Amino acid sequence: MIKSRSKDAIWRALRPVIAASVGLLVGVAFTAMAGEQPWNVLRVILKGAFGSTYDLGLTLFYTTPIILTGLAVALPIKAGLFNIGAEGQLNMGALAVAAVGILCPQVPQPWNILLAVTAGFAAGAFWGSIPGWLKAYRGSHEVITTIMLNFIAAGLTGWAVLALLPSLDSQNPESARIAPSYLLQHFSWFGDAPVTWALPMAVAAAVLVWVLFRFTIPGFKLTATGLSPEAAQVSGISVRFQQWLALTLGGGLAGLVGVAEVMGNSGRFRIGFSPDYGFIGIPVALLAGAHPLGLVFSALLFGALQKGTAELDLETTYVTRDLAAMIQAMVVLAVSAEGGLTLWRRHRLAAKSMKPTRVKD
Amino acid sequence: MSQVRAVAQPAAVEMRGVAKAFGACVANRDVTIRVERGTVHAVVGENGAGKSTCMKMLYGLYRPDCGEILIHGKARAWRSPRDAIAAGLGMVHQHFMLAGPYTGLDNIILGDEPSQGFWRWLPAAWRPIDRSQARRRLQELMAAYHLQVDLDVPVETLPVGVQQRLEILKLLYRGVDILILDEPTAVLTPQEVDEFFSNLCRLKDQGKTIIVITHKLGEVLRYADDVTVLRRGATVAERPVAGMTAPELAELMVGRVVHLQVAPPPSPKLGAEQLRLAKVTMGQRGEKPKLADLSLVVRSGEIVGIAGIEGNGQSDLLRLLLDPGRYLHRASSGHRITARGEISVLGRDVSSFSAKALRALGLGVVPEDRCQQGLLLSQSLWTNFLLGVQRMPRFGRFGFIRRRQVTSALAAAIKAFDVRPADQQQIASGLSGGNQQKLIIAREFIGDPRLFICAQPTRGVDVGSIEFIHQRILDARAGGTAVLLISSALEEVMALADRILVFYDGKIVQEFRRGEADEAKIGHFMGGGSRGDD
Repeated sequence: MIKSRSKDAIWRALRPVIAASVGLLVGVAFTAMAGEQPWNVLRVILKGAFGSTYDLGLTLFYTTPIILTGLAVALPIKAGLFNIGAEGQLNMGALAVAAVGILCPQVPQPWNILLAVTAGFAAGAFWGSIPGWLKAYRGSHEVITTIMLNFIAAGLTGWAVLALLPSLDSQNPESARIAPSYLLQHFSWFGDAPVTWALPMAVAAAVLVWVLFRFTIPGFKLTATGLSPEAAQVSGISVRFQQWLALTLGGGLAGLVGVAEVMGNSGRFRIGFSPDYGFIGIPVALLAGAHPLGLVFSALLFGALQKGTAELDLETTYVTRDLAAMIQAMVVLAVSAEGGLTLWRRHRLAAKSMKPTRVKD
Repeated sequence: MSQVRAVAQPAAVEMRGVAKAFGACVANRDVTIRVERGTVHAVVGENGAGKSTCMKMLYGLYRPDCGEILIHGKARAWRSPRDAIAAGLGMVHQHFMLAGPYTGLDNIILGDEPSQGFWRWLPAAWRPIDRSQARRRLQELMAAYHLQVDLDVPVETLPVGVQQRLEILKLLYRGVDILILDEPTAVLTPQEVDEFFSNLCRLKDQGKTIIVITHKLGEVLRYADDVTVLRRGATVAERPVAGMTAPELAELMVGRVVHLQVAPPPSPKLGAEQLRLAKVTMGQRGEKPKLADLSLVVRSGEIVGIAGIEGNGQSDLLRLLLDPGRYLHRASSGHRITARGEISVLGRDVSSFSAKALRALGLGVVPEDRCQQGLLLSQSLWTNFLLGVQRMPRFGRFGFIRRRQVTSALAAAIKAFDVRPADQQQIASGLSGGNQQKLIIAREFIGDPRLFICAQPTRGVDVGSIEFIHQRILDARAGGTAVLLISSALEEVMALADRILVFYDGKIVQEFRRGEADEAKIGHFMGGGSRGDD
């Protein structure tokens, strides 16, 4: 019994690794059709992602927001909800961080940082609370409402940046600069790569979410809601509140991306700064089975892919940006198909159990 | 030995040494059953004894791991129930497999629609259905077996007893001569049960072979010719029913003597009103109310039982009691169920309370559907124990779960309620119904609730656990707890309740004190009879 349990655990940990590897290999195999040496492509990806401290730094820079959006998807999954609105939530968060940075330059260290982080979280949480409320108290499906709110957030932040926080020194679609006291220091070890305290913050958020679910009663209430809303309701858990809470917290986590981007990288709100971080969060969370700690690693994988495949355009002859995107897509596909793998295994187990078993009375 | 008999006259059904395991869970170890042609054969056993599994193998839903199944002396192996039906073997499931909005006729021909020869050149699915042909055959069958059913109204409008007749008719229409009936009387009123028995006899007289799965011992003695007793996945006895008694049979089932009737001690002095409903009406605007003008009181130290056929408002009452604020004090809008009236729990008006606020008052609830409402089936006993007690201060500190407290409280509960297996990491879905229920009751007794609302506490629970659970409920009463018992098992209500309220159509139609009424009297009101024609 115990043996089979630990075997299960190993398999659970192994599954996403297999899925990601298969996806990567298939994706790379496609480059062979384009006339590249697949092993060379793989080498370029790995070197691009981890080849130097600078490369590693950029990988980690990409990983940071993906951890947060992965959490933004994973936390609601635990409560039985699917948040596809991380993209909008992170835009709202970034807007709030930029607004604080521009409008409150006088706040002393370190309170300004705390204020900005809180504002980013609160703005994302507010944006998540809207579909949360609609779901819990009006029964609207969160998948629809979160998607729709992405567009509204894009429009809203675009307008706010250009109309309320305009940049006077550039023609680009971006806001004014935030006060220098808000800028996060880059870790020097990674060279020029913009790795800041935002990365430990994202990892800490993952640990906090893990603790929430593993050790606390509020986390248990969320889990129970996800596992069986009916049983949760009967046992005195307010399912509606938990659903609202899950999407609100998820939104808040996505909102923290604003800290990484605005305070850790560009120093301003650049319209369209996110290369779909919010959507990458979905496979990141699914690959990790919504496990908050496992998710840090799957975010690293996607960060590395983001960085590694970006090099392909320059370092190879035939692999274009689109083909690079396809390699990423293959990984996403393999991750989705991983569910099938689980099913196949269960099927085999069932077939095995058809053999007669004798037990003592 | 059976070889010799088989040559003399092959049995209708014979299972020899059949075994079936699902992973580590062995459902059947060694089942041997021999059903003679033209008899009624009962298969009895506690829940989890393997009755359903062995019948599902017989019917082709599962394939046995080993052993053999013989039908009329010929070894058979089904690939699906379709093969079984083709060989003349059919099953009526406990929950009928009928399409509600379809008429009786359409339900019967569904999947095997007749058509005129003229259309034979078309693919089967495209041929026009010839209902008149089916109707003629059904009318013959109905006349031959005295199974009258209105074939032209939607099935969902028919009473349950008639739906059951329709299911049997469906099998006869398919040419089945061995019928398996799974818990056939679970959903019937006492009057319908009588009707059902006479139908059963008629079928037998016409030469049909009938296998009945049940755990109602009284019924076995009434109608069965032979009985097979299963215990822990194996046949422990197979014998003629004539001359057997209920206690004897019960002993065979559980392996020891069971007191079927819990002898209740005399009522202690009654205390304060712990639950009070005053003129509660619940329903949807423009529809017949689900609860009509309901008033009831439960006091400390008494058990008030609600008897009634399912679907007469008990579930609605439970829903209202668990989340009163959701239904009461709400403007009645188009498609929402609302309620009027007053509810007080533990002396407080709870009309505006949410489910959460209500549970915070400290009451125990055993929900109707333990799998959906009482447990997180995919989780461990530990997690399930935490569900609902998480609000209690002793299990949490600053929002963190006090794991050691939970573990030790669970260990004590497992011991006190004899939950098996006593493994805290065991997944709840792997427990038998009785053990799942014991876990829920153990959990709900944490914190000594003064009001205990318990719905169907022993549904699908084995005889041994029933006795145990009943004793716990009586103990709670002795300790001054007010108990509201909602159960569709009449014997249970009669054995436990100090007062019995009979529900029919959302109303309390009659109240009995303990010992005032017998099954027939209560059954009369459960079935919608009035005081006049009693």
